[in-house]
Amino acid sequence: MTTTAEPTTEIGRARVRKEDQRLITGRSRYTDSITPSGTVHIAVVRSTIARATINSIDKSEAEKAPGVFGVYTAADLGAEEVGLPCAWPITPDQKAPQRPVLANGRVNFSGEGVAVVVARSAAAARDAVELVDVDYEPLDPVLDMEAAAQDGAELVHPDLGSNVSATWVFDSAAAGTGGDVSEAIKAAEADDDQIVVRRRFRQQRLIPAFMEPRSCVVDPTGEQLTIWAATQVPHILRTMTTVTLGVPESKLRVIAPDVGGGFGGKIGVLPEEMLCVLLAQKLGKPVKWTETRSECMLTAHHGRDQIQDLVMAVRKDGTITGFDVHLYADMGAYLGLVGPGVPILGAFMFNAIYKMPALRFTCSNVFTNKTLTDAYRGAGRPEATFAIERMMDEVAVELGRDPVELREQNWIKHDEFPYDTVVGLTYDTGNYEQATQRAMELFDYAGLRREQEERRRSGDPVQLGIGISTFTEMCGLAPSRVLGSLDYGAGGWEAANVRMLATGKVEVTTGASAHGQGHETAFSQIVADKLGVGFDDVEILHGDTQVAPKGLDTYGSRSLVVGGIAIVNAAEKVIEKAKKIAAHLLEASEDDIEFANGQFTVRGTDKGKAIQEIAFAAFMAHDYPEGMEPSLDSDAVFDPENFSFPHGTHLCAMEVDTDTGRVNLRRYVCVDDIGNVINPLIVEGQVHGGLAQGIAQALFEEANYDESGTLVNATFVDYTLPSAADLPSFTTETVSTPSTTNPLGVKGVGEAGTIASTPAIVNGVLDAVRHLGVTEIEMPTTSQRVWRALQVAKGHQAQQTPSDTHSPGAGLGSIDPNNPKGEVQ
Amino acid sequence: MTEVRVTVDGVNYADDVEPRMLLAQYLRETLGKTGTLIGCDTSNCGACTVSLNGQSVKSCSVLAVQADGAEVTTIEGLARDGTLHPVQEAFRECHGLQCGYCTPGMIMAAVDLLGDNPDPTEQEVREGIEGNLCRCTGYQNIVRAVQSAAKTMKPGAAQPTEQAAPVAGGGN
Amino acid sequence: MIPAKFDYVRPSSVEEAVSALQQAGEDAKILAGGQSLLPVLRLRMAAPSTVIDLGGIPELKRIGEDDQYVMVGAMATHHEVMRNDLIKQHVELISQATETVADPQVRHRGTLGGALAHADPAGDLGAAALALDAEFVILGSGGTRLVPAAEFFQDYFTTAIGEGEILTMIRFPKYTGWKTHYEKFNRVAQAWSMVAVAVALKVDGGSISEARIGLTNMGNVPIRATGVERALVGQAAGPDVAKAAAEHATEGTSAPSDADAAADYREHLAKVLTGRAVLAAAG
Repeated sequence: MTTTAEPTTEIGRARVRKEDQRLITGRSRYTDSITPSGTVHIAVVRSTIARATINSIDKSEAEKAPGVFGVYTAADLGAEEVGLPCAWPITPDQKAPQRPVLANGRVNFSGEGVAVVVARSAAAARDAVELVDVDYEPLDPVLDMEAAAQDGAELVHPDLGSNVSATWVFDSAAAGTGGDVSEAIKAAEADDDQIVVRRRFRQQRLIPAFMEPRSCVVDPTGEQLTIWAATQVPHILRTMTTVTLGVPESKLRVIAPDVGGGFGGKIGVLPEEMLCVLLAQKLGKPVKWTETRSECMLTAHHGRDQIQDLVMAVRKDGTITGFDVHLYADMGAYLGLVGPGVPILGAFMFNAIYKMPALRFTCSNVFTNKTLTDAYRGAGRPEATFAIERMMDEVAVELGRDPVELREQNWIKHDEFPYDTVVGLTYDTGNYEQATQRAMELFDYAGLRREQEERRRSGDPVQLGIGISTFTEMCGLAPSRVLGSLDYGAGGWEAANVRMLATGKVEVTTGASAHGQGHETAFSQIVADKLGVGFDDVEILHGDTQVAPKGLDTYGSRSLVVGGIAIVNAAEKVIEKAKKIAAHLLEASEDDIEFANGQFTVRGTDKGKAIQEIAFAAFMAHDYPEGMEPSLDSDAVFDPENFSFPHGTHLCAMEVDTDTGRVNLRRYVCVDDIGNVINPLIVEGQVHGGLAQGIAQALFEEANYDESGTLVNATFVDYTLPSAADLPSFTTETVSTPSTTNPLGVKGVGEAGTIASTPAIVNGVLDAVRHLGVTEIEMPTTSQRVWRALQVAKGHQAQQTPSDTHSPGAGLGSIDPNNPKGEVQ
Repeated sequence: MTEVRVTVDGVNYADDVEPRMLLAQYLRETLGKTGTLIGCDTSNCGACTVSLNGQSVKSCSVLAVQADGAEVTTIEGLARDGTLHPVQEAFRECHGLQCGYCTPGMIMAAVDLLGDNPDPTEQEVREGIEGNLCRCTGYQNIVRAVQSAAKTMKPGAAQPTEQAAPVAGGGN
Repeated sequence: MIPAKFDYVRPSSVEEAVSALQQAGEDAKILAGGQSLLPVLRLRMAAPSTVIDLGGIPELKRIGEDDQYVMVGAMATHHEVMRNDLIKQHVELISQATETVADPQVRHRGTLGGALAHADPAGDLGAAALALDAEFVILGSGGTRLVPAAEFFQDYFTTAIGEGEILTMIRFPKYTGWKTHYEKFNRVAQAWSMVAVAVALKVDGGSISEARIGLTNMGNVPIRATGVERALVGQAAGPDVAKAAAEHATEGTSAPSDADAAADYREHLAKVLTGRAVLAAAG
């Protein structure tokens, strides 16, 4: 059994994905494709009203319908006291309402479950839903988060006494990580050499809109209840099912089979999942739930939805002296699993790549009668990045500076790493100069500025704007102690197990559960390199608590930088064990054994054995060292010491048709520093997809409620996701300053594109029309909004400003003569 | 119940179905062809795209009874004799998929597009697949895959040397 | 989601279809291409007792011509209409508007007759049909009647097709050699028209001798921009003429307001797009 291993250099190779063969041939296994014999189906009766008390529920017609097993309310299931978990109490006094599995006497958002029908088929269940007659007493809905936060507002949950769930504050002065913001602003106001820039930005509500609707099957026919779920978090779902329903954790097996996207949208613990468990236990039959797309839009958690009030103090030479951030964050009607913490994840990113002496962050989480909000790709960090990157452009405009140059003045220089930021994080590595320089080259920044100037001069109906975002983010969630200090209800470690099989193949389990990220491929590359085995000899197993029993799942760009490192560490342990057996078999001292490319050799000799031979020897166990177990298999749990801080420079060219308001993304260039790259193909895919989602926030998507609290974008007709025809091809590159906080030197990439791109686009749109008097356009920057902003600007010009006013902006002008101090309220 | 006779991926079927049953449901629930997926209820997402008598359709917006007498090809029937269709191969080579949920529909739409226009420009590809939504890829590698497949499928083009592994389509 | 239960009839002739419709009563729905109807049924915004599928009547798919007209069977699909040479040659505006409808899959199933009978004000074919003075052949138990486009569209989702009647054919006068363009403005590629403008111009010796212009989504029904037409006749098509004529685009409209576009913005778009469409048509 001699193997001649070729030197493997899998890391860095653009491997096509292992996962794809079955997915491109239809040999997939998404949850809705799983139907054990005897499965019954549920459909949920949902409130059509945002806020109401329930007078009565008449189930009698539905119960008589053909194929119906039963119709149940929370009371019928004995579940009135059950509350879905919130794992992130951001303050000790956070107000948290019970989030019921089915409404108890009142509904708090349109779409909330009121009763559940169990029937022989999904169609029969759906038919019977229409026969359930719910008598509501409508109440005025609470819809405006800012108004809701004020004293005397109508209360979503009267028993809580306030719509403000919690107010969380970080103050660099109090934390000892920086100065006092109030002092900085006061000083700036009193100083002719400083300006104070105040802005309000709105982060509209978004819908994650993963392509696979959520689904769940619970099979009670074994000793363990088996739950298949379209979830990002099978391990968390298992623990939380225990916490929520009291089913012993050891009696639960959760499987996340193929999962069709998540983007944070599938990290919840769902009322419907808990209903399936309760009903499977009650009926002794497998129970299945698959939502319709409309249900998904209405009830799956939404993302973003913040009002950001920002005050920045800046010296006229461009140096930032303080940044004060106040947020309202709309929680919706209830608190999601990690919903309250989402804005807090952004708290540490408002300073971004810049040196700031003082920062204060205050966030009020507010209840409204809307669908709850929780993590959506980037979770808190896109909002923060938008705020700071938009602010940098605003400051550049106020000071008449080039926005790139102003950023460079304030950013951390490459020779200043590691750098302790104003919020107490330590950025390990980065090189903003390098990424920016490369991006500017690829983009032809100077050429596009010339074209912009030409279009302005000629009064071209299509104006050109250049958008910039030099972002960083903290990801790779996360050091457990840091999470503990933020009162997060779990750690941030990840687990792995590496097993050498008797025949030389390798099985690896990871607690990071994939739903499109390509774990099977990237992790195989890592293991192949570490163990010196073939890429195809490695099998990555995940997404089943019986197979990979320990894990904290996939979110926050953590799979590689936490889960991948756990795999590396487990592989190191395999090698250590194998070394002992190799030394024993080769009759050499362990100190003389060298390992490379899958071969254990005795230093200075040609004697050696392949790792597969050692694995077989361990399996046979006929001859192995005293005092050790005959096994190479190893576990590791990795708890990172720091976050990962990818960064990058994103540039876009936006064309605005001033006649119609239509915005066209003409060119997008980004250069991201994500440290070492395991698989450039996968990285490129993550960046592309991230960009599309961030761009969609800037240009296309918005979840709107009407005055009665009804979601008006409840289908894909109304929630305008971009298709291929709505996006261009992007120019993406990477540069690398390897992370020094993990052995692979890697940084997270999954959220980077989304975090970076939104402010770049909006900065670009504004840059195109700012000289026409437009100062702000809310997202999404639809043609109507752009046109309206232009109309307002024209009106303003007609009354107050001569049309040839020298306009500040984009470094091509100076300070607005109409507003010399540059202070904008 | 109404009888529907239909050929799906080369196999003849005759079933009594409720008239309201959608073709997508018939494929998934009656025939067990779960390779075809459903992503919305408004015919926007295109995940359920199949070929019906040689034309791409969204099988969630066709009743099973409307397919009576028709020939249907799903993603499961696209590979022939263990060889992937060039579009399937190109999706893999170009990393044209991530979570895979839009993929069956996207591939079926792309096959139809290339049947219609064997050498599409980037813009023609983008418009040709505008009836299919993807949330993972940003479409760039999908577009690249379709154009790459077009090259492979051109008459006289060399077949890819690294041939596909045997296909296990058709089962579930 | 699956539709509510219904009975299904698949007649094999138009006569059978009419008698099935009469038997089924007012609760019946005609299924043409189903690309709007099936989503509506799936969302359970409608629950007809009977669905009458016209897909089994070959004669409804025919496209033909005589000296004066191009005749298009109501069940001709968008795809067939787009690719049809007769239509391209004599009523190219219909080809152009059809190309902008939805996406390839939907165009494979959706039909000209179905789209027109559905009468969604944001639908693209009504404005073109109106501009071209299309005529609608409607069959009922009393026989066939011919309804001009100007009378066909009556309100939101409401046409001259009466109870128990079926739209069997649309016939278009021939506009051979006319210059045409359909200018569509929507939020994303998949979205319905926010506003769109259908333009057909007869240009003789450099000047416009006849103009036909229809507007999409500027009222409950497609609207004929007669003011623009009048302003164009006798003029040479150029930027200034187009722009001046387009100022009349909002005459007689009652633009809807929705989340995508308020009425004033639609009115503005109607003018801008009309100007562009005229120029594009004139080439």
